[in-house]
Amino acid sequence: MDWNLLITQLLNGLQLGLLLFLLASGLTLIFGIMDFINLSHGSFYMIGAYFCGSVVARSGSFLAGVLFGLVGMFAVGALVEWFIARKLYRSDHLDHVLVTFGLILIFDTLVHLIWGAAGMAIPLPDVLNGQITLGSLVFPVYRTLIIVAGLLVAAILFVLVTKTRLGMLIRAGASNRSMVEALGININRLFLFVFALGAAMAGLAGMLIAPITEASIGMGNDIIIVAFVVVIVGGIGSVKGAFYAALILGLIDTMSRSYLDVVLNLAMPVTYAETAAPALSAMLIYILMAAVLAFRPQGLFPPAGMK
Amino acid sequence: MNWLPQTISGRVYTAVLLILAPAPFVFEWINQPFYLDLLSRALILAIAVVSLNLILGFGGMVSLGHAAYIGIGAYSVGIPSYYDYYNGWLHLGLALSISAAFAFVTGAISLRTKGVYFIMITMAFSQMVYFTFLSLEEYGADDGLVIYSRSEFPEWLSMDGSTSLYYWIFGLLLLSLLFVRRLVHARFGRVIVGSKFNEQRMQALGFNTYRYRLVCYMISAMMCSLAGMLLGNFTGFISPDMIGWARSGELIFMVIIGGAGTFFGPLVGTIAFVLLEEFLSLITVYWHLIFGVMLVALVLFGKGGIDGWLSLLDRKRAGNG
Repeated sequence: MDWNLLITQLLNGLQLGLLLFLLASGLTLIFGIMDFINLSHGSFYMIGAYFCGSVVARSGSFLAGVLFGLVGMFAVGALVEWFIARKLYRSDHLDHVLVTFGLILIFDTLVHLIWGAAGMAIPLPDVLNGQITLGSLVFPVYRTLIIVAGLLVAAILFVLVTKTRLGMLIRAGASNRSMVEALGININRLFLFVFALGAAMAGLAGMLIAPITEASIGMGNDIIIVAFVVVIVGGIGSVKGAFYAALILGLIDTMSRSYLDVVLNLAMPVTYAETAAPALSAMLIYILMAAVLAFRPQGLFPPAGMK
Repeated sequence: MNWLPQTISGRVYTAVLLILAPAPFVFEWINQPFYLDLLSRALILAIAVVSLNLILGFGGMVSLGHAAYIGIGAYSVGIPSYYDYYNGWLHLGLALSISAAFAFVTGAISLRTKGVYFIMITMAFSQMVYFTFLSLEEYGADDGLVIYSRSEFPEWLSMDGSTSLYYWIFGLLLLSLLFVRRLVHARFGRVIVGSKFNEQRMQALGFNTYRYRLVCYMISAMMCSLAGMLLGNFTGFISPDMIGWARSGELIFMVIIGGAGTFFGPLVGTIAFVLLEEFLSLITVYWHLIFGVMLVALVLFGKGGIDGWLSLLDRKRAGNG
């Protein structure tokens, strides 16, 4: 067995998991606190990448791109909450699905209008383009940075949610919204902040991945579905659940893509294994979600106080 | 004028059906085969939308995965044809039985959940179907599969030629509309509609609502697979792209434009959607923007869809008269 490949794949899985966490943590809070399904959360991921790319193209600094992107996405999130989402918290979920589906169309076309149909490559500074060599193991610097940044944001979010007054309100909101309201908290401001924070984190995920894949229209539309799977598996409203579920799903997805054919080969001939493996590995996370929904609908790590 | 339908909506729908019935001859007469294609596509989708409306509009089951059944229907034509089995009854039988079986298994699991969870789990199952077809290299994977010849039926039922295919589509659409109407007015439908509004009460009345919903979900899936079977025959080309979750979102959009939980709403909603899509995309490449704004506006301001607006006219008239 190739141990270097295994470790590289584990790191790739960790990277995917952390990106999913950046998307899913905002999604799960919006879902849990406002009871709002935001299909267009993936658009924030895309717009973040374009914001960052535009600034990098003008300033040449990746850091400036990320900082500007974060502020920009916070503003975009706040605008969407203020003008659209706020009006829908009391409607049913079907309305959420429809409106946010409409928002996806709007955002995709706006990006097309502003930046054109072609993708946007984001160049990295030379420092980040190298490789880290550890014995016989070689891993790109930039991917390491994604992992470090993801862990850092996760840590900051944990402190924010578990140690601050704001976090207390957020957790309380996820468990029992009307009680928070009854205690005289300005719930509108809390909602606005949570929505904007979620948008900024989704945008950050887009900014981090874009130098590898380049920014493109509709880039968020596939990953958002996986982020929803993370939210459901982790338990709606639970940041901790989103973290574990994101890592689990990221690792399952990456590892099954590289090793499932080997595993299946133990039970069936090579030709069958090679046909079945890609299909099964793409389906695994959905199978996991269906199993969780069927047997433990509240998710694996539901927030405290939820029924 | 007693033979005229009494309501405005009734008149509009009668007019729509009267326009649709002779469409192939009209378009042949004015030599515009393109419009017949457009209309055929719209009516195929309308069958799928009618089937979705049965569970979404009447049953309150918001499925974000209904496109999966279009895919199952289409591949029931595509895969046998790949092996030179063109028998139409075989295609039809496969479409109906596989979609029923898939709906039984996935519905049995999905219907244990409610609300958001149901939306997400139906989406998850349709993604599984999507990835299955995406990975079937033998049948073209993401490049899709070309169907070289239409399903073969006895002479009098032949699908060959765009006029015969149109009447296949129109006929199945009429059957679906009548069937849903009959079903909803029957005891079965009453239970379905009743459990949308108050499931506990229906259970207290002694109905096993879970079973009713499961059967309803299977019926809807089978109807939708008919649309897929027709679509495969119509386009002669099928690909996993027909199954993606955005397709399912569009189907919901069409139900809502027409009016959820109404009998003719899905038909006019789908026609409106397809025509708008066609003509807006002629005007500008940015037509999705207009679509998106419409969708947001429809939910925020225009409750009830086309059917709702028409009945609003009726009520105004009744108020004045």
